[in-house]
Amino acid sequence: MRFLRVAGRLWLVPVVLVAWEVATRTAEDIFFPPPTVIASRMHELWFSGPAQHLWLTEGALENIPTSLGRIFSGWLLAGVIGIALGIMLGRSERFSQFVDPIIQFGRAIPPPALLPLFLALFAIGTQMQVATIVFGIIWPILLNASDGARHVDRLHLETASAFGFSRGQRLMRVILPSAMPKIFAGLRLSLSLALILMVISELVGSTNGIGFQLLDAQRSYDYPGVWGSIVLLGVLGYVLNTAFLAAERRILSWHRTANQTT
Amino acid sequence: MLEISNLDHTYGSGPGAHHALGGIDLRVTQGELVCIVGPSGCGKSTLLRSIAGLLKPTGGTITLNGTPVDRTPDDLAVVFQDYSRSLFPWMSVGDNVALPLRRKGMDRGQRRAAAEEALEQVGLAGASGKYPWQLSGGMQQRVSIARALAYRPSLLLMDEPFGSVDAQTREDLEDLTLRVRNHHNMTILLITHDIDESVYVGDRVVVLAKAPATVVGDLRVDLPGPRDQITTRENPAFVHLRAEVGRLVRGMRSHPAAAS
Repeated sequence: MRFLRVAGRLWLVPVVLVAWEVATRTAEDIFFPPPTVIASRMHELWFSGPAQHLWLTEGALENIPTSLGRIFSGWLLAGVIGIALGIMLGRSERFSQFVDPIIQFGRAIPPPALLPLFLALFAIGTQMQVATIVFGIIWPILLNASDGARHVDRLHLETASAFGFSRGQRLMRVILPSAMPKIFAGLRLSLSLALILMVISELVGSTNGIGFQLLDAQRSYDYPGVWGSIVLLGVLGYVLNTAFLAAERRILSWHRTANQTT
Repeated sequence: MLEISNLDHTYGSGPGAHHALGGIDLRVTQGELVCIVGPSGCGKSTLLRSIAGLLKPTGGTITLNGTPVDRTPDDLAVVFQDYSRSLFPWMSVGDNVALPLRRKGMDRGQRRAAAEEALEQVGLAGASGKYPWQLSGGMQQRVSIARALAYRPSLLLMDEPFGSVDAQTREDLEDLTLRVRNHHNMTILLITHDIDESVYVGDRVVVLAKAPATVVGDLRVDLPGPRDQITTRENPAFVHLRAEVGRLVRGMRSHPAAAS
């Protein structure tokens, strides 16, 4: 049954691929290579390496982990800073009023606009890319965390006071878990933003990474390589999102089920 | 052990102000189970929240075991009406019961054992690994009673504890309260709007008038123990007391013969 359901959902994929193949082969446009050509170029670029490297090529080992490293370090950093600041904002009316204008201004700036500044500040390299990612993706985490922390059920807080919870217990066992569903929504949005900003920052100032490889392929008129990089990024985004959802389902199982039964 | 004198509270100020408590005097002695009954919105919960230190009253004093209450007292536990919002859904039942015990300086093993014991007393042995939302409403309220019991408070406050469960469960929980009270010799202050319940459970029934609340009646319940849902409720003394409390709640004059 499960197999049939999955098959029912996925039948469109091969149909589109075949149609695309036929269309591009008849059009013979160099900007639109057929999927099979793209696939073989992808294989050549990344997956034709020696067996002891798990068939990954030099180029794959150079670029893919670098890009992933940038995404994850940016995401992690933004997560830690965003959650900490967000909870402070949510719990302190004063602090919130004080910094709110700065936050509203900061999040209104399109992150790519800051690239020239970060390029000057950090020079070309991972530091500059991580800075761009952190600045661009911190806002959904921060705003969601502050919203979640602000709307903790009053009775939960009163229960915590009535039983004399310490400040630490109150934060870690009551406020943080109760803001968790909101925080996860922010983290998920940020993860897809991190991918976007990783590519943008690598297109502008980088000597490696998937974004750089995309730019490099375009400069050398390697259109199957351009398409291959695009497909790789798409797959990467899909895998990251799926992995995140699986983790969320596990960690927030109480939330899902508690809301179904009440 | 608990002394309240001239307690007064007003919410807000100006023309929109709500005068909830209008000078309440109440003394509760060690080991008593006092029911506070009054019409809806009469300020019962305000009174309870003041005693628990969750709200700072605008006037009057509250002393618990000789110390004035200005923040939540150390040896006080509360059972709220809304168990589903008072228990933490992200923690197992056992953790919900054990977490407050950290304050008592117990180590992990002691906390777990105390939680297990309290859950057993409320008839939920073996439920500590479950989550609150996996249990029925009555069972969730048992968990919050267990949490209060494990805490070993000198004063237990119960705010309409059986207001959100069905009639059968309500009777079970009333008897459970009486049982654990006898077992621990705890002092309990139970707030309810149910007149029958106040007479059935209480050693004393204190009646509050409509807001601003004042004490309009303080009746001793002299019913033979142990109490039983059927026989106690058909006892003429019960019927008489119930009528008396009912009259006071509705703001009628007390029957002279019953005043004690």
